[in-house]
Amino acid sequence: MADGLRGRAIEKARELNDRLRGSQVMESILRPGSPFKKGYADTPRNRSYVVMNNVLYHLHPVKVKRHGVKLSYTLCLGGLSFFLFILLTITGIFLMFYYTPTENRAYVDIQALSTSVAFGSLVRNMHRWGAHLMVLSVFLHMSRVFYHGAYKPPREFNWVVGVVLLLLTLLLSFSGYLLPWDQLAYWAVTVGSNMAGFVPVMGAQVKFLLLASVEVSAATLLRFYVLHVLFFPFVIVIFMAVHFWRVRKDGGVSGPL
Amino acid sequence: MTEIPESLLRRSAEAKAKALGIPVEQVLAEMRGEVPTAPAASPPVQDVSREVPAAEQPEPVVSRESEVASSEPEPEESRKAEAGSAEPEVEAEQEAPTAAVATAVMEPEVAPAPPSGNGSGNGKQAAVVSPRPVAPPTGLPEGVRTQRLLTVVKARAIQQVKAEPTDKVNTWPHLMIAELTALMAVTALLLVMSAVLQAPLLDPANPNATPNPSKAPWYFLGLQELLSYFDPQIAGVTVPTLVGMIGFMAVPFVDRNPSTRPSDRKFAIMLYTFFMAGAATLTIFGVLFRGRGFNFAYPWQDGIFFDDIKDWVFFEE
Repeated sequence: MADGLRGRAIEKARELNDRLRGSQVMESILRPGSPFKKGYADTPRNRSYVVMNNVLYHLHPVKVKRHGVKLSYTLCLGGLSFFLFILLTITGIFLMFYYTPTENRAYVDIQALSTSVAFGSLVRNMHRWGAHLMVLSVFLHMSRVFYHGAYKPPREFNWVVGVVLLLLTLLLSFSGYLLPWDQLAYWAVTVGSNMAGFVPVMGAQVKFLLLASVEVSAATLLRFYVLHVLFFPFVIVIFMAVHFWRVRKDGGVSGPL
Repeated sequence: MTEIPESLLRRSAEAKAKALGIPVEQVLAEMRGEVPTAPAASPPVQDVSREVPAAEQPEPVVSRESEVASSEPEPEESRKAEAGSAEPEVEAEQEAPTAAVATAVMEPEVAPAPPSGNGSGNGKQAAVVSPRPVAPPTGLPEGVRTQRLLTVVKARAIQQVKAEPTDKVNTWPHLMIAELTALMAVTALLLVMSAVLQAPLLDPANPNATPNPSKAPWYFLGLQELLSYFDPQIAGVTVPTLVGMIGFMAVPFVDRNPSTRPSDRKFAIMLYTFFMAGAATLTIFGVLFRGRGFNFAYPWQDGIFFDDIKDWVFFEE
């Protein structure tokens, strides 16, 4: 009796699942070859469709060389850098809800993340460690590319774009460093921007442009905030788009395809 | 049937007319099917001449020679006969030495004769289409060539595939499964890290209280280390901008060695490793071995002066 009931429940659930997945709404959302589509079969054609009929096609070709798939070859470092960027965007948006870039509020807001925001501390930690991890992974990605000689023709330009991406990553990290507005942030940015002051001829001007004042101040905080949450992400996304496009066109993982 | 462009039709008709020695208009008309195509008028004889093969050759390749010679049109018969002969060329030479090469005489008025039994001897004679000029055909106008060499084709494919076949696998699932695994691993790592290790938050910023030492973020600490050795104009600006930015961007244009094999690029690898090891050493030195006043310090004796990890290691206190 119980068995029959269970069987019928499973049958009903399956029926419902089929009807949902076969509905017009799902049909319209999923392009042919999607693994979520009703009646998906693991065929070579569908394997191609999964990539080709999808936004993924911007990132991946349908087929890749077998040796390029080996984890030991690429270490996934470029992909992980991108993934960390996405994670940082998500956690960063979360943090933006609770943060005010003013001299009086900044530090208090960061403190409040630990005391009065659900998961505030965890998200802040993820954002901070994730940022360090991203600097590291971008750096390691560059080294991996160098050791494989993957910057050689026709991929020279993508290497240049990659160096720009590394610089932007450093700038993103550096501009975010100031935002907690504690002693660590304040003095690290002071030391860092002092280096910019050593630019020959126009050092003072460069430093002023960076800090929006002679030394780190409330104006600097606002400037770094805007740079950190809008300007640098905007620029880096553009460069990433070019970078990924060129990876697809010039050949990415394991050489031109 | 697909539509053949007028120009192509015209060109082929001209060629055919030239070969057969008849007016172009006539050929064109036949091609368009306006005039009932006599079997004699079908394909340019000399072009097909080599592969007169026999059974699967539907169109008659008929020598007009028989008609010219005997003035007795038997096209249908000759075709039959030809279809029966396995090796028309050889037979042509052997059995019909006099019956020679197809000529370019056109006889459109030839009506399809009723199929009649044999006449094989005559047919073979008629079917002669020899690739080699056997004997000067009788009754041929001077200068009419009945065959020609179109081209010599080497025995290989017209399309040459230059790319070597490579061993490829589908991105889905082979690459993407690995990627998804990596993503999840990193997410897990980051979550655990964030749950265990607290990000630092020192006292509120105070411009009047300079901490000792003051350190830059760790990725700039190598530079700060350099700054403590050299003139800031050199270490602070020249080294990072020239070496760091322009130097790195110029790498693919300076390194012209096309090989990607490690054994071929020992110098490049050595140079890169040297720079990276140097940067790493400087950074580690700046992070761990610099204490108060940015003076040398042993981390195990004097403690770690690196506040990024202040909340997760406690050598002091």
